Amino acid sequence: MPQVFHRSMNTISRVSLVGAVLLIGGLGYLGWAFNQSPYYTNAKLQLEQPVPFSHKHHTMDDGIDCRYCHTSVEKSSFAGIPPTETCMTCHSQIWTNASMLEPVRASYATGQSLEWARVNALPDFVYFNHSIHVKKGIGCTTCHGQLGEMPITWKENTLYMRWCIDCHKHPEQYVRRREDVFKAVYHPPANQVEMGRQLVREYKIRTFTNCETCHR
Amino acid sequence: MDPENDNRTAVVETEEVIAPGHTYASVSDRVTDMVLTWPIGIRWAAGLALALGLLFVLNLALGVVFTIGVGVWGINIPVGWGFAITNFVWWIGIGHAGTLISAFLLLMRQQWRTSINRFAEAMTIFAVACAGMFPLAHMGRPWLFYWLLPYPDTMGTWPQFRSPLVWDVFAVSTYLTVSLVFWYTGLLPDLATLRDRAKSRAVKIIYGFASLGWRGSASHWSRYEVASLLLAGLSTPLVVSVHTVVSFDFTIAIIPGWHSTIFPPYFVAGAIYSGFAMVLTLAIPLRKYYHLEDFVTMKHLDFMGKVMLATGLVVAYSYVMEAFMAFYSGNQYERYMMLNRMTGPYAVTFWTLIFCNLVGPQVLWIRKFRQSPWLLFGVSLVVQTGMWLERFVIIITGLHRDFIPSSWGMFYPTRWDYMTFLGTLGLFFTLFYLFIRVMPMIAIHELRDLVHKKQHEAKAESH
Amino acid sequence: MTDSKGNNLNLVQLGPQADSARDRFWRSLDERAGNEAYQKSLAQEFPAGRSLKNPAGLNRRDLLKLMGASAGLAGLTACTKLPPEKIVPYVRQPEEFVPGIPLFYATAMPFGGVGRGLLVESHLGRPTKVEGNPGHPGSLGGADVFGQASVLTLYDPDRSQVPYHLGHVSAWEEFIADFGNALVNERATGGAGLRILTGTITSPTLADQMKSVLSRFPSARWHQYEPCGRHNAREGARLAFGQYVNTVYRFDKADVILSLDSDVFFAEPGSLRYARDFANHRRVSGPDSSMSRLYAIESTPSITGSQADHRIPLRSSDIEAVARSVAAGLGLQAGNAAPLPKEVSADVVAAIVRDLQSHKGSSLVVVGEQQPAAVHALAHAMNHALGNTGQTVIFTEPLEASATDEIKSLKDLVSDMDSGHVHTLLILGSNPAYNAPADVPFVAALNKVDFRVHLGLYSDETADLCHWHIPEAHYLESWGDVRNYDGSVSIVQPLIAPLYGGKTLLEVLALVQGQASVSPHDMVRGYWQQQSGGRSAQPAGASFESFWETSLNNGWLEGTAPPAKQVTPSADTAAKSSAQDVQGLEVVLRPDPSVWDGSLANNAWLMELPRPFSKLTWDNTLLVSPATAARLGLQREDVVKLQIEGREVEAPVMVLPGQAANSLTLHLGYGRTRAGGVGNGVGANAYPIRTSDAPWIATGVTASKTGGKHHLVTTQNHHLIDQKSTKVEEESENAFDRGLVRVGTLADYKQRPDFAQDPPEESTEAPSMYFPYHYTQANSWGMSIDLNSCIGCNACIVACYAENNISVVGKDEVDNGRDMQWIRVDTYFRGDLDNPEAYHELMLCQHCENAPCEYVCPVGATVHSPEGLNLMVYNRCVGTRYCSNNCPYKVRRFNFKLYSDWDTPSLFPLRNPDVTVRSRGVMEKCTYCVQRIMEAKIAADRDETVIADGQIQTACQQTCPTEAIVFGNLNDPESKVSKRKAQTRDYGLLRDLNVRPRTTYLARLRNPNPEIKG
Repeated sequence: MPQVFHRSMNTISRVSLVGAVLLIGGLGYLGWAFNQSPYYTNAKLQLEQPVPFSHKHHTMDDGIDCRYCHTSVEKSSFAGIPPTETCMTCHSQIWTNASMLEPVRASYATGQSLEWARVNALPDFVYFNHSIHVKKGIGCTTCHGQLGEMPITWKENTLYMRWCIDCHKHPEQYVRRREDVFKAVYHPPANQVEMGRQLVREYKIRTFTNCETCHR
Repeated sequence: MDPENDNRTAVVETEEVIAPGHTYASVSDRVTDMVLTWPIGIRWAAGLALALGLLFVLNLALGVVFTIGVGVWGINIPVGWGFAITNFVWWIGIGHAGTLISAFLLLMRQQWRTSINRFAEAMTIFAVACAGMFPLAHMGRPWLFYWLLPYPDTMGTWPQFRSPLVWDVFAVSTYLTVSLVFWYTGLLPDLATLRDRAKSRAVKIIYGFASLGWRGSASHWSRYEVASLLLAGLSTPLVVSVHTVVSFDFTIAIIPGWHSTIFPPYFVAGAIYSGFAMVLTLAIPLRKYYHLEDFVTMKHLDFMGKVMLATGLVVAYSYVMEAFMAFYSGNQYERYMMLNRMTGPYAVTFWTLIFCNLVGPQVLWIRKFRQSPWLLFGVSLVVQTGMWLERFVIIITGLHRDFIPSSWGMFYPTRWDYMTFLGTLGLFFTLFYLFIRVMPMIAIHELRDLVHKKQHEAKAESH
Repeated sequence: MTDSKGNNLNLVQLGPQADSARDRFWRSLDERAGNEAYQKSLAQEFPAGRSLKNPAGLNRRDLLKLMGASAGLAGLTACTKLPPEKIVPYVRQPEEFVPGIPLFYATAMPFGGVGRGLLVESHLGRPTKVEGNPGHPGSLGGADVFGQASVLTLYDPDRSQVPYHLGHVSAWEEFIADFGNALVNERATGGAGLRILTGTITSPTLADQMKSVLSRFPSARWHQYEPCGRHNAREGARLAFGQYVNTVYRFDKADVILSLDSDVFFAEPGSLRYARDFANHRRVSGPDSSMSRLYAIESTPSITGSQADHRIPLRSSDIEAVARSVAAGLGLQAGNAAPLPKEVSADVVAAIVRDLQSHKGSSLVVVGEQQPAAVHALAHAMNHALGNTGQTVIFTEPLEASATDEIKSLKDLVSDMDSGHVHTLLILGSNPAYNAPADVPFVAALNKVDFRVHLGLYSDETADLCHWHIPEAHYLESWGDVRNYDGSVSIVQPLIAPLYGGKTLLEVLALVQGQASVSPHDMVRGYWQQQSGGRSAQPAGASFESFWETSLNNGWLEGTAPPAKQVTPSADTAAKSSAQDVQGLEVVLRPDPSVWDGSLANNAWLMELPRPFSKLTWDNTLLVSPATAARLGLQREDVVKLQIEGREVEAPVMVLPGQAANSLTLHLGYGRTRAGGVGNGVGANAYPIRTSDAPWIATGVTASKTGGKHHLVTTQNHHLIDQKSTKVEEESENAFDRGLVRVGTLADYKQRPDFAQDPPEESTEAPSMYFPYHYTQANSWGMSIDLNSCIGCNACIVACYAENNISVVGKDEVDNGRDMQWIRVDTYFRGDLDNPEAYHELMLCQHCENAPCEYVCPVGATVHSPEGLNLMVYNRCVGTRYCSNNCPYKVRRFNFKLYSDWDTPSLFPLRNPDVTVRSRGVMEKCTYCVQRIMEAKIAADRDETVIADGQIQTACQQTCPTEAIVFGNLNDPESKVSKRKAQTRDYGLLRDLNVRPRTTYLARLRNPNPEIKG
């Protein structure tokens, strides 16, 4: 009776066994990679904005404090996006005819709001409160990245739940002194953990990881 | 030769586990011929068409469920689980006979398993496949089913291992995997046989791939023996574990009628009960239409009848104890539940199930009945109905009137409930029809082994 | 659907912008002439709740899609990439706005013309939630179902949105022009042909406007008609005192109360205050506490009656006889007293009389609006005789700016219209085409008016018959003022600019005087500025500016409450009797506990609200007593035709325990044809059998089965009594066997203060294999519900709707047992069917310590918080429903389909931004308003303060008129909730299951008169 298969089949079948394992592993890795990719998370992505606003310029060069524009960051869950009025307090004096600022002047004249593309968005079932984080010594840059070095604003982190939980479990690795909270560029000191532990005690930081902290 | 269309009328019923006068060749011929024949039989085609029709119904029903939501079913608050979970438990139960026969009886060295284990195992796998659908379909957000699996996700969360539903995931998937491997290992030699006997090259190649290069060498056989023994040892505890875990879905809850320690043994017995019923439901027509009286003999039917009788009695005992405990416990909720079962709005289903599972099968005490195929067939259907109703009664009557009377309600199945159920029957039979067409529904090599043993016995006597 | 002529109609065409104006116009008239086909067709167009999501009617293409879906689902994962969002900041941000922090404004809701003081929560300018105004005398923080639900009406997509002229979309400016022309002739005749019809008006500013209108048009007339106003009360006062007065009760001083057919805790303008005072006066803190005693004689179970220590069900038309014999007992010349009805024994009357007499000055007789004027007068006489006047009964000037006999007023108007004297008719904020009495041919007469204008929230039945329809501004959109139950004045201040350019009555009246553009704000403010010069409206010294600011802040005007008025009933008051026929069957018409007179019929929250006792939703029914039902051979859902003097109405029967024999109750407000998508065609319209001389009680009724059936949907599915209506159903029996409702008399309680406690073996705490929770943190939340205070008014349910974005599911889904209310009012009956005791029990998530729902969830979507909350994480839920199955209280609710409305833009601003809007396939339940807890906790943590007791209120607690619900911190022994739980009346439901609920109940106490046995 003639052989159905050529001898090489033996090798091929053995190899394909190994191949199958590798393939499955590979697919798994691809899935994970996609999930972390900027394409999926929008992290590090520079969005189209009506005005190419530079945090770098305003915070570092001009030395404007975060709270000058984000007025409600210490009072409310929402940090607050400045009304056109706020922009115009300065830009009615300087760069008064910079073409770049035309949309701002237009908005001020017509009363039509500027429409910024949202950079840091959370799902609607997540309730984040700026005021309490700021109060407990979590700096702007901890989540939003080194804004003082961003010519155009992008989302620094994935904002995945795992990422939030990480800090909620180990605040000492991220907390900073209250006076440093609004530094637009901040690099943690060498003794971060040691200082962190001390601040956690000082600021009475409790590690909330139970659901109602964010989901209501 | 097309086994369906050859008209040998004289059927010789035998008391042996295999009719006398069979040789290695003859058994191989009879079994392989059922697969390697052309054109396909008209009856088979008709059956498959019907099954496919039902499968289509399933597709539609699931489509509606997935797009509109489980609200298309009759479930509500308080009755959060309806047909879906009933079907799930029922199918899982049916899925028990196969492994029991092939593994348990193998370890018990029961010769009569040989000619029924193959399709019983197939049945098991298909049944578990059907069962597996329901936990998925009954979820409010089925597209998140994978949250029940432990894997490192972006949320830093894990499943909740205290929940019986998570145990289900493991129990059922393990059971499916092991049964599948066991079944396929058993198939290897026969697939090789088919490969060798196939006429066309294409068929040779297909079966060649399927048989994973089985050459039937002595080393193959010895490894094969070891493997199947190991797998048998592995799957035997599973037979008990799976339905025990399924019963936990209810016993872990505090609902009167669910919260009962008797459930695990009771469910396992029930599972085997309905499983064997299904085996009979399949075996008797197969035996008839493919003239397998020589291999699936009266002895087989007789034995299976006995197994059903035995497990049926265990189930009966459980029913009695359940009722007794409800009253003996003095717990008013349990007591009300039991009274409500017997006299409440769902009393009809309860008494039907009592008839189907307790009264009806008692005819099996009589040998004559055990040996009349069509009566057995009837009983097997009755038992399966009964077992389905049992799950229905447990789930519905437990839920619809529990602790706070103001929240009492009723469950009325909708057409989508029925369609989903019929649909899974479609899936099951579609798979089964395809199986009997493309795979040897009886283990050829085991039959040969059996013939071999018989000849030995014969020699021994003649000396 | 097709109309009378067989033309196809559809939803859009039902709006006035239908086909050609003329045709539309006249056709609708003959429709109003009672065209069956048309009514039916409407009924089919809007079957109750069908307007809500319903998967019915899948066509072929859908099915194919579904196939695809089911096949494709295999590959489907939860790759939910967030959609791009925009941030749109202000150009100039208002001072007081801090994004993310809500603001609260005080205002008042005019209801039946009388004000209910409210505090409204506003998120960035959108009112989202209504609360009672704690500083307001008529509210004290409580709010009722109508107030709570009003915010939904504001955003109702069916509200009329543009002016219509002859059924065509038009504009306010065009109306000004057209109306101007119409007024030209009127000016010539001094307004001889000008008539203005409104509801009851108490607003001083509006009255002032009206005065100047009438001075400008001396021959013009102003008519008022409030369909469910207080006609008998008003006439009763005139009968007794010869003048209209307003009656204010002081339940905080009343020790013995006799209620004659009165639902004083629900249906009166002062109900909220009365309920609070009554509850406080009966609040039991220990065995030494005292309770007032309430006798209720009523024809249909009311929440007031359910609080009674002695309740006597009696035909409304028999009550006068009892009242007279009580009066006689009190030594009044009670005139020709009809014989005492057999249901009431002379001993009982004697006992009541003795009880009243032994409490001179601290007793109180209250009468319901349904009773004829004579009984009201009689009550005044009795209260006078008992020396209650000035003690428990206070009289003031009438609330109405110009109190009149409104029914007569409407009749006069119609006869004028009929005789062609009326040329210009302004119908402002009322809907007489629907709710005028049947013997007042309003619709027919309306045709004879040349120029008809309708101002209303909806383009309703009346709007359809008028040349002009102008959208009315909702009270949350308007400036105004209104008098409260005690005569004090509240300012109605807007929370939002009119969504659809609606106009207020003030603006229309200004227009009549030729002032096209004067703002209501200026009118109100102007009026009070001018007032403050004269009347005592302003505390001496303070500038008007500050007075105005504080008034807006408080929600009511200091010093506007009129002083008590000294009036004495004329000697022959008691003798005056209403010669009402007391034979045979009677039908009592009542305002509906949900939709009132029908004006709220399009409010889905109210429609789906289970009515007290019957637990009925999406319908009104003929309430029949078991005995009468048996006698007439009626069963639940039988459709019955009622005939009175040739007038008839068909309604389905519901057999209700506690209903008086031979008395049938039918609620008004249903059978609307132009209410909107929710209200149209729901229930039976009772106005066709309502006559001007017997607006509430119709006697000499014949009731006959039509053989038809109408499916009724209740939330307590397993109904209160069995089909044969012979005994109270096992549902209620089991409730008492299982110790769900625990009741004792005050006397017993003084003997055995711990009567409500579980026997020790049932409250054992079995060992658990899991680690116990240690509530070492500052807070451990808990709730206590005082069954002795809960009157079952449903306000908590509606409050929960608004606070927690709960969706409405419609009649069919309620029928399937899928109502979504997080809190429910369970009602259980005890005792014999004809006069059972009824008990309300609030049921909401009990937040168990050993929560059965938690350990069965495969994904941990419902978990325990370190502060004892039983959390529900919607976004983690996969919807196995195991938690609900395992919940012994069945308080969990599941989104079986997509119930939340994601499609109607006008509803989006209604939602509470602090609560996730649930989507299909997730479980939800009471969270103890966790969003409020977290808000307070974060604030306290941020500002380094501590959360004071009572600072966090759950929505149900906040709105509860009787303070039956208390929520707070169990770790604080001084907190209200801890104190309550320390009481011996405290018990938990199903303690024997060892689930250890955090919500516990205080047993109900009754204070029966020992002289009355049984």
